[in-house]
Amino acid sequence: MKRKLEITELIFKIISYTLLTIFALCCLYPFVYAVSASISGRQPVEYNEIVLLPKQIQFEAFKYMFKNNMFWTAYSNTLFITLYGTLWSMFTAILGGYALSKKRLLFRKFFNFFLVFTMWFSAGIVPQYLNYLATRRVFNAVGIMDDKWLVVIAMGMAAMNIILLRNAFEGVPSEIEEAAIVDGATEMQVLSNVYLPMSKSTIATVALFFAISRWNGYFWARQMMSNPNEHPLQVFLRLQLERFTDPEQMTGWNEVYASDSAIYALIVCSIIPILIIYPFIQKYFAKGVNVGGVKE
Amino acid sequence: MKVRAADFLDYDQAAGVYRENPEQVVRDDVEKHYWLHVVRSIAKDWRLYLMLIPMLVVFLCWRYLPMYELLSCFKVDNSVVPVSGQLFSGFSYFKRLLFAGDSLSTEFWRAMRNTFITSFYGLCFGFPTPIILALFFNEVKSNGARSVYQVLTYLPKFMSTVVMTSLVAMLVKQGAQTTNMGILSQALVKLHFISYETGQAGLLNNPAFFRSLYQISGIWEGAGYDSIVFFSAIIAISPTSYEAAQIDGANKWAQMRYVVLPSILSTIVIMLITRIGSLLNVGYEKVMLLYNTNTYVTADVVSTFANRYGMTGQGQPGLAAAAEMMNNVIGMLLVIGSNTIARKATNTSLY
Repeated sequence: MKRKLEITELIFKIISYTLLTIFALCCLYPFVYAVSASISGRQPVEYNEIVLLPKQIQFEAFKYMFKNNMFWTAYSNTLFITLYGTLWSMFTAILGGYALSKKRLLFRKFFNFFLVFTMWFSAGIVPQYLNYLATRRVFNAVGIMDDKWLVVIAMGMAAMNIILLRNAFEGVPSEIEEAAIVDGATEMQVLSNVYLPMSKSTIATVALFFAISRWNGYFWARQMMSNPNEHPLQVFLRLQLERFTDPEQMTGWNEVYASDSAIYALIVCSIIPILIIYPFIQKYFAKGVNVGGVKE
Repeated sequence: MKVRAADFLDYDQAAGVYRENPEQVVRDDVEKHYWLHVVRSIAKDWRLYLMLIPMLVVFLCWRYLPMYELLSCFKVDNSVVPVSGQLFSGFSYFKRLLFAGDSLSTEFWRAMRNTFITSFYGLCFGFPTPIILALFFNEVKSNGARSVYQVLTYLPKFMSTVVMTSLVAMLVKQGAQTTNMGILSQALVKLHFISYETGQAGLLNNPAFFRSLYQISGIWEGAGYDSIVFFSAIIAISPTSYEAAQIDGANKWAQMRYVVLPSILSTIVIMLITRIGSLLNVGYEKVMLLYNTNTYVTADVVSTFANRYGMTGQGQPGLAAAAEMMNNVIGMLLVIGSNTIARKATNTSLY
């Protein structure tokens, strides 16, 4: 009996480790390949001699990218959108989530429903597009000509994130709030000195959710931004990919690196910031997912 | 029937008189002056309501206003509908899409079918994989090894759709005279999964491969991250449950069946509801970035159909919005339906 137990467990363990290792390597491989291909010479890339490690190392593709002014413009646009977008979303979500977490708020059920309904039903991308066009007209009329502000203010709000914050604020014991009010704290002071420090990890998680979605945002930026000087990195990357994979445009290619290397270099540049902060933020995400129960 | 004072008033024994119940007085007062009460409490807590305003404005302007604009999409275009048909003109776009039988209608039906098939495949392959992955994570007892696995498998989730689709496109790209096909295509050719010509033509140009590429890249991207929630349900199981099962002679399989599965069932149900609720929200961004005119047959979903007809070129926003609305209404019915069934069957529900 005892022996049989050990065998099934051992088999299961071996299967788990094998499949997990394979899957983990599959997850990592494309990135390693991208790095290798971006710094390899032209001939190995074009004839697929690279499997894992780079060959005939060159850095011309990166140099070409760094010399391109549009690349830096796109990079700074993305930083701009990520920074201000996250700040604006967090501002809205923290205040909204805080108010919703209060039992004494009248029509609380209605406000919650107002939020949750947007997760069930969305108007679709066409009315949304017409809406953004109208918003842009309004913004232009009041003198905001830069479409980056349109992306920052009008896009990227997610009901789920507000609910995460609301649930975290609800978890703060009300005695602490009462004590603060007895000590003469105003509503704003209660929020900033009691609630924010007590739900730090959820706030970090939600801020990261917002920041990542801002950094990665593509579709609406591409739809709404006509001026290439306003394009964020993702749009720039996609446009470059379309250019470099078009055989007609690539007929006269005579660089020391392959056109593919240029794309890989761009991909590497766009993921480096995420890769750098990823190990530090990874633990927060696991937490954020766990508190995701939606209740009214 | 005789009305007695005691039905409304409390008898005060000490004084020997009937008095009004103070709580009832307050209740009556609140009822009588409900709006006064509302105004007072808003006046008292006005800061709280002020805090709500940014959120309400954002949601009103950019979530609810589009829903209103959806209605205006159905304003009748006189050139489409003759005057005699005005009575049902509000439905003209729906009729056109569903029953016209022309090429547009055929395209719409194709998009509808693709949406269902894509999301159904996503449910079949994309949903169980994270659960299995979580079971595997549970087998890795050393914390260090486990965090290495977790870091690696969560990683693709944080890449943008553009980066992910660019990588997919590069890995299976077509070959040209001067260059070879993508490395993944090449591996598949070596393993005899696909012929050399197919690989050379580019897998993304081949409608037969679009769905598998879409699903596999989806699993690659999301499985690790989606397993977090299941894994945390599994590690919450108390070790004594396993010990008890072992004493009763349960092997690994029986432990899975009778200990682990019942413990994570509610998590699975909740995730399934969420999944079904967003079943018809096929990630249009990803489809748009991966498909091309060659693969419309299997790739085109309702959102991309709407994008083509409503947002580019000679726009027909009414038609496009009608197509999407059908999709979204079905999606909403799905989430409400699955939620109701789940509540009835397992007492677990999301909303």
